[in-house]
Amino acid sequence: MIPALGLIGGLLLGLFLHPDVPLWLQPYLPVAVIAALDAVFGAVRSMLDGIFSDKVFVVSFLSNVVVAALIVFMGDQLGVGSQLSTAVVVVLGLRIFSNVAAIRRHLFHA
Amino acid sequence: MSVGSGESGWRTLARMGRPRATKANALAAVLAAALGFAMVTQVHQNRSSGLDNLSQDDLVALLDGEAQQAVRLGHESDTLTYTRDQLRGSSGDQAALSAAQQRLTQLGILAGTLPAKGPGIRVTVADPKAGVQSANLLDAVEELRDAGAEAIQVNSVRVVASTYFSTGSDNRLQVDGTAISPPYVLLAIGDPHTMSTAMAIPGGVVSTLRQLGATTVVTSSTAVSVSALRARSGDRYAQPDTTSTG
Repeated sequence: MIPALGLIGGLLLGLFLHPDVPLWLQPYLPVAVIAALDAVFGAVRSMLDGIFSDKVFVVSFLSNVVVAALIVFMGDQLGVGSQLSTAVVVVLGLRIFSNVAAIRRHLFHA
Repeated sequence: MSVGSGESGWRTLARMGRPRATKANALAAVLAAALGFAMVTQVHQNRSSGLDNLSQDDLVALLDGEAQQAVRLGHESDTLTYTRDQLRGSSGDQAALSAAQQRLTQLGILAGTLPAKGPGIRVTVADPKAGVQSANLLDAVEELRDAGAEAIQVNSVRVVASTYFSTGSDNRLQVDGTAISPPYVLLAIGDPHTMSTAMAIPGGVVSTLRQLGATTVVTSSTAVSVSALRARSGDRYAQPDTTSTG
């Protein structure tokens, strides 16, 4: 509940503040957001599976974000940044889809 | 899958979603807030920025497209500019027409088909001893031309490029086949001072005529009228050469 409220609060904050993304962060923010979304959906799924742990969520959230940003950073350094971004987004997207599918099965039995 | 029923799934969610005042839960909330903030920021950034998010290939393609567009528009601009100049050329035609008119007038005066008037001199040669030869008249005319005469008339005959001086069978001087009789009157339009000076130079026309027993009177005038005309005659052989210029 509280994390959900935090999410909504963050959304509202962003809506009202309209901050500019610093240049150095621009390549990493989209991937980091996708990674965090993956962590959130994974958390919801684990909740429904009954194996949710706050600590695991925090660690997976942070590690997801950091690893995604690191992969993109590495790709940038190697000259394949855009391709690696695509790869990360595809993988995370697949995970999000599978998590959402699991959540759906839990909640709707369908 | 430990979930047996739909209620169980929702109940699990509700149970897990209950506010718990744990440090990890607060941290999760902070992370969730950061996620929301980042999402909105990214969306906003993505909407507000135009070219920033395009890849290098996209930018190159875009640049190519812009360059081609620029070339195309440049061609169009050239065409339109040309057309505009063509249309604007109506005034240019007017200028060319007036220039051609002016040139026609000049040529008409040169060819003797148009009367002319202006400042000039009148040379009156009285020839009581009949010593003046056609060569002397020719000398006088050449001298006047050298002095810048623009239109010359001898008695009632206009002097043009093809004018010739001869002596008839009756020993009368002829200009272009027309017999003239003394006193010979040469009317010349040009700078009066220059032409009268040219007439009076030592050993020149006037002194030569004096040696022949003729008396020459040169009078300057601000309004000399060369009114004798010459019939317009087309050239029989010489045609304008339009293939070469200059």
